[in-house]
Amino acid sequence: MRKIESSKSSEDKARAALSKPSPLGEDIDLNNYIRSADELPYQDDPLQLPVETKKQMIQAGIILDNSNQRSGTIIQMDHSIIHSLSKQEGIEVMGTNQALEKYDWLSNYLWKAVAVDSDKYTAHVELNQSNGYFIRALPGSKTLYPVQACLYLARSNLAQNVHNIIIAEEGSELHIITGCTTAPREEPGLHLGVSEFYIKRGAKISFTMIHNWTPEIAVRPRTGIIVEEGGVFLSNYVIMKPVHSLQMYPLARCVGDNATVRFNSILVAPPGSTMDLGSQVFLNARGARTEIISRAITTGGNIVARGYIEGNAPEVKGHLECRGLVLREEGTIHAIPELKGTLSNIDLSHEAAIGKIAEEEVEYLMMRGLARDEATAAIVRGFLRVDIEGLPPQLSLELQRAVKASEEDFM
Amino acid sequence: MLEIKQLSVKVRDREILHGVNLNIKAGETHVLFGPNGSGKTTLLMTIMGLPKYRVTKGSIKFKGKDIVGLPIDERARLGIGASLQRPPAVRGVKTREILTACSREQMGRESIGRMAEKANLTDLMDREINYGFSGGEIKRSELLQLMAQGPDLALLDEPESGVDLVSIALIGQLINELLEKEHPIRNRRRAGLIITHTGHILDYVNARTGYVLFDGRIICEGDPREILETIKSKGYEECRKCAR
Ligand SMILES: Nc1ncnc2c1ncn2[C@@H]1O[C@H](COP(=O)(O)OP(=O)(O)O)[C@@H](O)[C@H]1O
Ligand SMILES: [Mg+2]
Repeated sequence: MRKIESSKSSEDKARAALSKPSPLGEDIDLNNYIRSADELPYQDDPLQLPVETKKQMIQAGIILDNSNQRSGTIIQMDHSIIHSLSKQEGIEVMGTNQALEKYDWLSNYLWKAVAVDSDKYTAHVELNQSNGYFIRALPGSKTLYPVQACLYLARSNLAQNVHNIIIAEEGSELHIITGCTTAPREEPGLHLGVSEFYIKRGAKISFTMIHNWTPEIAVRPRTGIIVEEGGVFLSNYVIMKPVHSLQMYPLARCVGDNATVRFNSILVAPPGSTMDLGSQVFLNARGARTEIISRAITTGGNIVARGYIEGNAPEVKGHLECRGLVLREEGTIHAIPELKGTLSNIDLSHEAAIGKIAEEEVEYLMMRGLARDEATAAIVRGFLRVDIEGLPPQLSLELQRAVKASEEDFM
Repeated sequence: MLEIKQLSVKVRDREILHGVNLNIKAGETHVLFGPNGSGKTTLLMTIMGLPKYRVTKGSIKFKGKDIVGLPIDERARLGIGASLQRPPAVRGVKTREILTACSREQMGRESIGRMAEKANLTDLMDREINYGFSGGEIKRSELLQLMAQGPDLALLDEPESGVDLVSIALIGQLINELLEKEHPIRNRRRAGLIITHTGHILDYVNARTGYVLFDGRIICEGDPREILETIKSKGYEECRKCAR
């Protein structure tokens, strides 16, 4: 395992923060997990991976057998990059360690969007970093198809500590689909992922992330996004499978005029799942805009759905929408939408609603001849439907397909 | 087709309908008048089978079969359809999807599109059903759903209320199509029960029999136009006399 050449100060800060708990989410004892894993062999052809591995990947949106619909692929298993390939000029896809060796300047991008001493998890990633992916669109380059990145946890009890860096240079457009998943067995594991996004002037990133965990896994992603003038960041997050404990609260900062950020999240918590999820956006430049939309369903698990928008510049606009559906009463949804404004000419709003399926709506559809369970399914499907602006049609379709496949599991 | 005998209905613990009798044969359209709160919607919802409306006495037969106790969807599949006065919005479910789901003969996209055009609802096909619809759009979308469903008995709850005059003409047209009014009388199979508070719809749709429902009782039955004239000139207050 290679180690990033990080500046002394990052390391020092990390060391000082090693026991700093996160203000949110259950505290995880990092000593319960093993740190080292075998170096896994590189796969020239990931199609040769075992069937069950590929199946887990497919459920996380990673396709291997029709990869001409991808502009690039990178797969990290445990600590090893086992495959990485860019199929389009102007789009770079490689392991973070390799990228840091290739580009001296890249170290300037480490810990700029996420603070290294945010909590013990970021500190742990700094001190025990095991690769991650680097994806970059050169100035003006636009991905024809999404680039796919897969983080796979194979060894049981392992702590995976990845550091991802994603850069869209000026005027570029980068569509990424990330699938995080594990071997299909119920054994503990920990996924710590730091992701730093840099969206330069007039560039656009769409980031679609599907989490496909198993019931014993703990997950603590730490994500920061910096959006420059006229840049767009579009995030779509889907989790519909069980997870032991998941907490994340990505933070986007609009630092250039008219920067735009949208977060869409679809959360389903089965029994035994605990999720504390949300998105934060700081509108720090004139005319910046954001929309945060989440749909949460519990079928027995517990969800905290957060959202935070802060307006610090003139003419910014933000809207937060959080809707929850309680399908089984053992579960809870706690919506915490927050707004903060520091100027007069800003426009921030939110709406939150939690409820069960309205009997009146079920009856209405039954009047049209749908059986009760068909009516219920139609309402749940409708609830989960978030029309996503700006997503390429193919990606939008794939996302719908992923949601649909999981729907069948929990309904 | 529909035979209601001595029907009493409770909502929560209050009896709303008291011994209602009503008969509709295949091919006939009947009209139900009555002041606000008299129980018109209650009667319709009871025929449709909403559990909130509890039958405490009497019977409802449809096509000779006692349907009290059947769930809503089974009644729908037997051939009863209703357009609601205030249907709920169902977020995320599009008009087109409902039309496809409820169409009996699995109508294709094209024929659904043609029907939507007739109802002047093309722009609403990909909108969430009833969400942000205007009053007139709701009424037309309800009728459009019934046209897709093709019920043998259509129950229409105030299809014209809150709709401007131009739109009433269109609504009248849709109802006439739904009830096969273009067919010669002897060929008509479909029956209708139209609830109306104002009676405006009678300018467009012919009906055979009218009733006045007052305080949960049918207090008068006869020619719908004659009844409407009386209500227009003397108001529902006049009905109070008959109610005694
Ligand atoms: N869901 C309900 N809950 C309580 N009372 C109801 C409900 N539906 C109807 N009612 C009562 O039943 C009576 C008849 O109402 P309704 O059938 O809606 O009358 P109409 O349609 O003739 O205006 C009214 O007094 C109304 O308040
Ligand atoms: Mg009514």
